[in-house]
Amino acid sequence: MFRELYYTFVEFLRTFGALQLFFLRLLSHSPYIIVRRFGLVVHQVHNAGALSLVIIMVCGLFVGGVLGLQGYSNLSKFNAEDAVGAVAALGLIKELGPVITALLFSGRAGTALASEIGLMKATDQLSAMEMMAISPMQRVLVPRFLGGVISMPLLAAVFTVVGLFGAHLVGVTLLGVDAGAFWAQMQNAVEPGDVYEGIIKSTVFGVVASLLAVWEGYNAIPTAEGVGRATTRTVVITAISILILDFMITAISI
Amino acid sequence: MNDATDNLIEIRDLDYTRGRRQIFRGLNITIKRGQITAIMGPSGTGKTTLLSLITRQLRPDRGSIVVDGIDVSALNQKELYRFRRRFGMLFQNGALLTDLSVFENVAFPLREHTKLPNRLIRHIVLTKLHAVGLRGAADMMPSELSGGMARRIALARAMVMDPDILIYDEPFVGLDPISMGVIVRLVRQMNDALGISSILVSHDVQEIAAVADCSYLIADGKVAASGSPDELSNTSSEVVKQFMHGMADGPVAFHYAAPNYAEQLLGRDVE
Ligand SMILES: Nc1ncnc2c1ncn2[C@@H]1O[C@H](COP(=O)(O)OP(=O)(O)OP(=O)(O)O)[C@@H](O)[C@H]1O
Ligand SMILES: [Mg+2]
Repeated sequence: MFRELYYTFVEFLRTFGALQLFFLRLLSHSPYIIVRRFGLVVHQVHNAGALSLVIIMVCGLFVGGVLGLQGYSNLSKFNAEDAVGAVAALGLIKELGPVITALLFSGRAGTALASEIGLMKATDQLSAMEMMAISPMQRVLVPRFLGGVISMPLLAAVFTVVGLFGAHLVGVTLLGVDAGAFWAQMQNAVEPGDVYEGIIKSTVFGVVASLLAVWEGYNAIPTAEGVGRATTRTVVITAISILILDFMITAISI
Repeated sequence: MNDATDNLIEIRDLDYTRGRRQIFRGLNITIKRGQITAIMGPSGTGKTTLLSLITRQLRPDRGSIVVDGIDVSALNQKELYRFRRRFGMLFQNGALLTDLSVFENVAFPLREHTKLPNRLIRHIVLTKLHAVGLRGAADMMPSELSGGMARRIALARAMVMDPDILIYDEPFVGLDPISMGVIVRLVRQMNDALGISSILVSHDVQEIAAVADCSYLIADGKVAASGSPDELSNTSSEVVKQFMHGMADGPVAFHYAAPNYAEQLLGRDVE
């Protein structure tokens, strides 16, 4: 029993160590790709970012709307409906924008990355590249990783802006909060530090979500079943990691 | 006696274990420069594994592999990539890149390794596609190709960098008789006209007899027989006869190692 726990723990440490090494390898190849092959990265930003845009905007709109509704009904108990803009903005910028975007990103783009890379491995495409003396690390993994890292903060920003629009739609247009008060309260409440926190979070989440997706795909067992399992693991592990990291970053910055 | 310089690839005392299964024990193979060497053997004997070992996608447990005087296991990453640029390899299932068109697949090594102008790349790619009879498929995506077409495109890609050594893993599977004839002739022509050395893995005894200069039959982790196709078909060895004539009974087991058939059917192996 203790023995099994011990082995599980050792196995975990070993995987974690390998993941860190993998991360360092990705980073060490990144400057070359950014300088010499930026076209590959742009292509991946399109794949990971542009294609997630619609789902990010739809979700942002509704999350913002819910914040407007909830904020209004809670705040009106204290006759403070005007603050609904401030509450929605703080929630979106610091928490919901980065976290929900990262979860959606991992579900939409992360799974696509993991299954694409896993399939390339299963059908010998990565071996074929190796045989053509072309490094799959540089040609396949690094551009996809960087594409994810660049896309995530941009998507989080879009989510936040659309969310504010949703909150405005519900709070001002539907429930009749004064528009001037809505924006003025928001401006007063949001500090630059809040925005920085949001940017830091979405960047960290972007690195983690992209890293885990590329890692799971690259280490998938090269069969149809293995690729399927890697895809599922990507979503689960990314979600757990992001929620834990979110707690840690929030705790540090308060 | 300058035999040594004629030997392109020398494999000595090779052992290799995959999982719990020992695939090679004490394998010795010599591949001569400028020839077409065929590797034959029943399914699952490790022919694909042997090709991976030669190109160091895998490392042997024991023994040495020397290619043109270079000890393959001593190469570092940079040397390995330079070494691999001398090879063209046709994978068993084609291994075309699924997100690129047929044209871009063939152009891929050129674009990655050279700075040739687009016009020249186009010229080279179309020439190679024409040689495998698929110039008309240039704009298709790999998902739209049949298995045989994909393998011919992969052959065009393997040739595009003008390698010294071409490796074919089962090039004839899934080809109709016409393309088969064309590909067999292409393999022969490239070998002779361009001075390439070729390694050909195949089950197809007749095609091998038509094209190979020398062939090795691998069974049970060792070379069971070797020689020119004529020598092999006239041999008295039981193993060779069995393989050449496709018989299920003989020294080579058709069945993968398994418990006794009757016992297992009767459920006696499960306690
Ligand atoms: N990734 C792997 N992990 C473990 N064992 C493997 C792996 N790939 C192949 N094997 C085993 O290695 C042995 C040799 O496989 P290999 O693919 O080299 O055979 P082959 O001679 O090319 O067969 P075929 O003619 O069917 O292509 C097989 O018995 C197989 O079970
Ligand atoms: Mg094989």
